[in-house]
Amino acid sequence: MAFEYEKYIRKGTLPHIWCPGCGHGIVMKSLLRAIEGLKLDKNDIAVISGIGCASRLPGYLDMNTLHTTHGRALAFATGIKLANPKLKVIVVSGDGDASAIGGNHLIHAARRNIDITLLIFNNSIYGMTGGQVAPTTPIGAYASTMTYGNIDPPFDIVRLVEGAGATFVARTTSYHTAQTEQLIKQAMTHKGFAVVDIIDACPTYFGRKNAPKEAYDMMQVQKDNSIPLQIAQKKKPEELQGKIITGIFVKKEMPEYTDTYYNTIIPKAMGSK
Amino acid sequence: MGKKALLLSGNESCVEGALYAGLQFYAGYPITPSSEIAEGLSRKLPKYGGVMIQMEDEIASMGAIIGASLAGKKSMTATSGPGFSLKQENFGFACFNEVPCVLVNVMRGGPSTGAPTGPSQGDVMQARWGTHGDHPVVAIAPNSVPEILTETVRSFNISEKYRVPVILLLDEIIAHMRERVILPEKGELEVIDRLKPTVPPDQYKPFDISNTPMPLVPPMAAYGTGYRFHVTGLNHRTDGFPTNNGELIEKELLRIMQKMAMYKKNMLKHEEYMLDDAEIGIVAYGSTSRAAKYAVNVLRSEGIKAGMLRYITIWPFEEEAVEKLAEKVKFIVVPELNLGQLILEVERCARGKASVYGVNRVNIEIIHPHEIIEKVKELLHGIRV
Repeated sequence: MAFEYEKYIRKGTLPHIWCPGCGHGIVMKSLLRAIEGLKLDKNDIAVISGIGCASRLPGYLDMNTLHTTHGRALAFATGIKLANPKLKVIVVSGDGDASAIGGNHLIHAARRNIDITLLIFNNSIYGMTGGQVAPTTPIGAYASTMTYGNIDPPFDIVRLVEGAGATFVARTTSYHTAQTEQLIKQAMTHKGFAVVDIIDACPTYFGRKNAPKEAYDMMQVQKDNSIPLQIAQKKKPEELQGKIITGIFVKKEMPEYTDTYYNTIIPKAMGSK
Repeated sequence: MGKKALLLSGNESCVEGALYAGLQFYAGYPITPSSEIAEGLSRKLPKYGGVMIQMEDEIASMGAIIGASLAGKKSMTATSGPGFSLKQENFGFACFNEVPCVLVNVMRGGPSTGAPTGPSQGDVMQARWGTHGDHPVVAIAPNSVPEILTETVRSFNISEKYRVPVILLLDEIIAHMRERVILPEKGELEVIDRLKPTVPPDQYKPFDISNTPMPLVPPMAAYGTGYRFHVTGLNHRTDGFPTNNGELIEKELLRIMQKMAMYKKNMLKHEEYMLDDAEIGIVAYGSTSRAAKYAVNVLRSEGIKAGMLRYITIWPFEEEAVEKLAEKVKFIVVPELNLGQLILEVERCARGKASVYGVNRVNIEIIHPHEIIEKVKELLHGIRV
């Protein structure tokens, strides 16, 4: 039987704003299958976003949803999680939203290990504003604000959040729908700050100035260039040039912020004069 | 009987007021001269089962309190000049989405980093217009440590009752000065909670005013209570979803402004001191009003009939109070610790019926009563005394 996405989608909110060939819708479907698999109640899920193409996602979901300011989704989400720890909190973000303007909130949410699942829709470009360079744009790629080719070295989001203390870090691509679903499921089950870096394609703006240009071909690249972490670990760095390493990079148990606050700070304070 | 009198600083008094009002979530970032609020709440808020978190920056603090408020908790942050600037974008989000929360700004010398430990009243206009676009705002400026407590409670009440963020404008003088405060007992001051929806979740729209006991104020559900609603900073319809329909955009923005107009009189507060027979009007607020009051007393003792109109609610501005004053006084003096901000409103509302003169300082010292007295005499006699 076909999966019933409709039960998670708000009536009257579709069609979505995403361009033909954009991978965001595919990732949204993976997210919904993950939620279904975890048998979560829609009333107990909060989905928060910042600004950008991916950030329009919460509006489509029949859940507790919040579309905040550019880069600040994790800050708002931190307030929601601490105010109501029973909520399963998911933040969806583009790569620019998460790692440029929202970079400070990203590293601090990771440091705190607060129980939030962050899904980064990483298409290496600013889509909504018209194809400007992002902190994830590869060196040499063209963007509307890198007319002569990008000279800004990109972030490796996995390494960035791992360094900042995230306790679950994974990467996949929008092509790998089953893996995306599985990784989101694991991220949401993980107690602590969990990040899934989802390599995605923007044919409209990244494709306009770079090769390949077509959505199908961009997806083919995601397929052909991906290499599971276990295999990548056996390869030399030069063999991994341009490859997308997928899988779970970090999975460790550490005290979670909300839990620690409610179970340590409040009892301590109540016991003191 | 059994009332507790304490010697508190203004910032400590703000902490007591917030706890009395039912604060459950505080997010902040260290900044002089407001840090004692965060420190006090770090100690006290968890005793009440509430959450105090020091965020990574001022922007995050403002975002976190909006998130917590949408999840149903009474929320607050505190800051000073530079932090106030940083919070403006998210503050606008709260204004637009009618998210109750209290933003304390302990004014210090500016612009820029300015004078962290120097007093100022330089953020009066920023409080009104700091965030972009037309938006409703409430700003309250108490002038003493005990009044900070009661006005903090009133800030929360206004915020919760009318779904509007409230700025509590303190200044470095009253925030750091210590005065005797008698803590109110439970039930002594009114504490108001936001309207909750009465319609079932499937009929709930976050900005719908067709099912509200308070005209123009939409009841507010909390995340995680079965009401699955959407909130966005984009122009939105009454169901919370974005729209590009100009008619709907205008209708919703006008509705939140009309809400302010409708309840404005319930938010206003001023004090009149010796105004009945006054021939000279002094319009003041915050710590400066203390010097103004002293000046009135001195002038009166010398036979000069001065009186003071003190604004406690600054925004929305109570036009009628100045209009009335301008009808009966020879001139109005507005002492401010800035280069003339609220005076612009006073001039506007005086409509030329009385001349308006400022007494201003930006050298991070307080305005002394004698400066106001001299200004009044100079204007009265047309000569410098």
